[in-house]
Amino acid sequence: MNDLIFIDIDQLNLASVASMFSLIVFALFILCIGTFKKDLSRTFYTVFCLIAIMLNAGIVIDHNILSMGFFDLMLIDGISVISQIVILTASSLFIPLALSTKPFFEYKVSEFYALFLFMIAGFEFMVSSNNLILIFIGLETSSLALYTLIALHNKIRSIEAAIKYFTMGALGAGFFVFGAAMFYMTTGSTEINVIGEVIQESGLQNSMIATLGCIFMFSAIGFKLSLIPFHTWVPDVYEGTNAPLAGYMSVVPKVAGFIVALRLFESLSHSQIAWVDEMLYISAILTMSLANIMALVQRDVKRMLAFSSIAHAGFVLCAIVVGTSQSNTALFFYWIMFLFANLGAFSMLWVARCDDTVCWDRRFKHPFDKFAGLIKTLPSYAVIMAIFMVALAGIPPFSVFWGKMYLISAAIAEGHIFLAVVMAINSALAIYYYLKLVVYMFLKEPIVSDKNLYIANTSSALKVIVGFAVITTAGAIFMIDFLLEFIASFVLASGF
Amino acid sequence: MLSLIIFFPALAAMLGFLIEEKSIKVYGVCIAFIELLLTLFMWFGFDARQVGFSLVTQIPLVEFLNINYFVGVDGISLFLVVLSAFMTLIGLMSLSEKGNLKHLVISILFLEMTMAGVFLALDAVLFYIFWELSLLPMLYIIGAWGSGNRIYAAIKFFIYTFFGSIFMLVGMLAMAYLSYKANGNWSFSLIDWQNLSLPLKTQIWLFLAFFIAFAVKTPMFPFHTWLPYAHGQAPTIGSVLLAAVLLKMGTYGFVRFSLPMFPDASVELFDTVAILAVIMVIYTALIAYAQDDMKQVIAYSSISHMGIIVLGIFAMNAEGISGAIFLMISHGIVSGALFLLVGVIYERRHTKMIAEFGGLASVMPKYALIFCIVMLGSIGLPLTIGFVGEFLSLAGIFKTNALYAVLGGIGIIVGAIYMLNLFRKVFYGVCDKEENLALKDLNLTELTTLVPLCLLVLYLGVSPNLILKPIDFSVRYMVEKMQKKASERETVWFINDANRVGEQR
Repeated sequence: MNDLIFIDIDQLNLASVASMFSLIVFALFILCIGTFKKDLSRTFYTVFCLIAIMLNAGIVIDHNILSMGFFDLMLIDGISVISQIVILTASSLFIPLALSTKPFFEYKVSEFYALFLFMIAGFEFMVSSNNLILIFIGLETSSLALYTLIALHNKIRSIEAAIKYFTMGALGAGFFVFGAAMFYMTTGSTEINVIGEVIQESGLQNSMIATLGCIFMFSAIGFKLSLIPFHTWVPDVYEGTNAPLAGYMSVVPKVAGFIVALRLFESLSHSQIAWVDEMLYISAILTMSLANIMALVQRDVKRMLAFSSIAHAGFVLCAIVVGTSQSNTALFFYWIMFLFANLGAFSMLWVARCDDTVCWDRRFKHPFDKFAGLIKTLPSYAVIMAIFMVALAGIPPFSVFWGKMYLISAAIAEGHIFLAVVMAINSALAIYYYLKLVVYMFLKEPIVSDKNLYIANTSSALKVIVGFAVITTAGAIFMIDFLLEFIASFVLASGF
Repeated sequence: MLSLIIFFPALAAMLGFLIEEKSIKVYGVCIAFIELLLTLFMWFGFDARQVGFSLVTQIPLVEFLNINYFVGVDGISLFLVVLSAFMTLIGLMSLSEKGNLKHLVISILFLEMTMAGVFLALDAVLFYIFWELSLLPMLYIIGAWGSGNRIYAAIKFFIYTFFGSIFMLVGMLAMAYLSYKANGNWSFSLIDWQNLSLPLKTQIWLFLAFFIAFAVKTPMFPFHTWLPYAHGQAPTIGSVLLAAVLLKMGTYGFVRFSLPMFPDASVELFDTVAILAVIMVIYTALIAYAQDDMKQVIAYSSISHMGIIVLGIFAMNAEGISGAIFLMISHGIVSGALFLLVGVIYERRHTKMIAEFGGLASVMPKYALIFCIVMLGSIGLPLTIGFVGEFLSLAGIFKTNALYAVLGGIGIIVGAIYMLNLFRKVFYGVCDKEENLALKDLNLTELTTLVPLCLLVLYLGVSPNLILKPIDFSVRYMVEKMQKKASERETVWFINDANRVGEQR
């Protein structure tokens, strides 16, 4: 009965995991060095991570599009390549933010950097697979690393945030496994494309179990993407996390989540399973509108940005609802545009990070009052922050506007007029709360005149990152042509 | 892949500016380690049975002159790249300089880029760019961290090499023009140039233009006077890289440019070159014997060994050239190790004078053992790495011209004399100086850098085929090409003779 299976190493196609593998090797390397050399500075680790990310980007770009490996467990197609590029870009912008002037606990320990690299590897696994099990492993690898990264900030709020996120995430992971199990029960496969085909061919569209699996899956991914009604963790977690990591969380895990949603729901909606389209449609509209309304009443800038990032996620979900290649291109395009503006805004909060002793408000760290009248005390800060706010609001020459425009036009082209109208109304709603900060900064009288409070945390690395974000946000108009073509070539190559 | 090998150290060096002083050494070692891994990957990805270059990348840079970014690797350059990555790693691990370490590490990483670039470039302009760029970090390393008369040494090094390479630039432009006349378009690709056939007279002029550049770098007699200065003043890591890799650029140039492009001229000028090489071997060996500074002894012995390499290259047969390339690698490892060993003792006593020491074997037994192994490798004892290359080079030149082989052999005998003499004076006898009695033996860091070198000296001495096979394959292909290209009858006969086995002329 001992049937040994002999597998040729060439069959595995090791090249398909080369990019994740290199990250993991680097992470292990960092752990080893951290054990032997205790007194290495954070500059070393930061630069080392940066090198790992750049090497990895080289491998990703160099990779042939569409290759399978490990018996089709791995699937590197255009979608996976482009999303890996987005993830790596965001990561390389995030990691230099560790070089702030004030030393923080988490940036001193080598584990932070190792976990960070493991997390990226997890995201890369998530986006380059068609198999629910491997996606689940990637999801867990990255989420567990992320919980720890949040907790490493070592403040009472951040530990609270990590535990909140962890419990919610665990629930989401459970849902994911339930969903996968139910799909396996009905179709006998964990491959996304096979699931779709089997459901269509065997007429399982109205099968109770398949529909239930679909709902479980949707809630699991909804947790990751912070869709309403699974959004409740978002503001508290963002508030407790330090600013750059919150910015990172609002961008990168969601890219990975969107890719999974794209692959799964595209396949399911082709199979015409009951309720999928309606579910997505309602959720997209709810997410946009409710999040925007909640953001209106926030008193803290970070919480406001948290709710606004939910609203942006809702916007992008519309791309999946529309489901044409134009809208899929719009998904990536919107998210890249959003990435720069959002990461820029969070880095500006990071710049303004001041001591815990300085208290603006008993409850909040970054209340709107803190920024009042900044144009008089610190004009450059005010202008840069205003650029990010205006860009996020979607006002014409800046980045996110182009994303919104492209997305809405994709929706109209497919005949989703109602969706397009809701999107437009929401854009108008969003302008109010973004402009609220601009109004505070430009039109109110300053409360304190000590400008050093706002730039206590600046260093040259932070300036470079913020400068880069400003240039890409303001000069987005010069990139759109190239970007759209670039993205479209990848998206079309993988047949979405 | 090759572009990654070339530009990875440069990228890392630029990011290195962000790093704080205290972690920079670990950073440098990590980067060099990764670079070494990359070159090893290149070695595995390299198909030894492929004729010509593999892993080729070509991107146009300047269209109207047809200058390309053109890189590729073959058996000849493969091991030189691996060697340069390896020696950089060893050098960085052994780094013990104090003060402004950050800039030193960064310039070494830049140097690593230029070294890889020179060996991998297949476009003459690219080759020239890296060739010149390699001078700048070295100038800075010698000038800023050297000892004694360091600025003079650095400037002399720079001016000599720069002066030589100007002639090469002229030669390159002439070659490009000639290929324009022949084929109707400018070309700086080495492969095109190797296929270009030229009349004897042009060949001689161009040969001389390239020869000066390579001869200065090698360094051949009478252009060798910069080397002892540079070595004498350079910090340990500077000497290691200079001896182990930078000198090899000159001899690599002979193999890559002079022989395959100008076969007729090479044959025509064979006697001149060979006589210069023989003078270089014997004369510098004698000077080495007369030195009383340990570092100078090794510096002159380097020149002497480079002479044997030149002899091997101009033997114009496969044995001689493969032997010469093997000797480049082995000399890189051995001389690098010797400079490191001298660096160890210099750091403890702040002197390199032979007369200051004596009887060290009883105080520092491990040091003495390692020094002994490396020294035996340097004088070419059978079963060490030095023997293989020297034997093959001399065997090659013996087939071409027995007299030169005998004279070259004398150089090796003198080499044994001065190295053993150095060893006797430093390690044997009575340890009578009080400072010497208190010397500590090698510590862990030094052992980790030196033991791998010793193991390589022994391992490659016993089984050289690991790297000799690919070298030999590429060299045979090159010699064949040379023979086909030769336009003069005598050249064909000459090369035929040189490559015939077991027959009389």
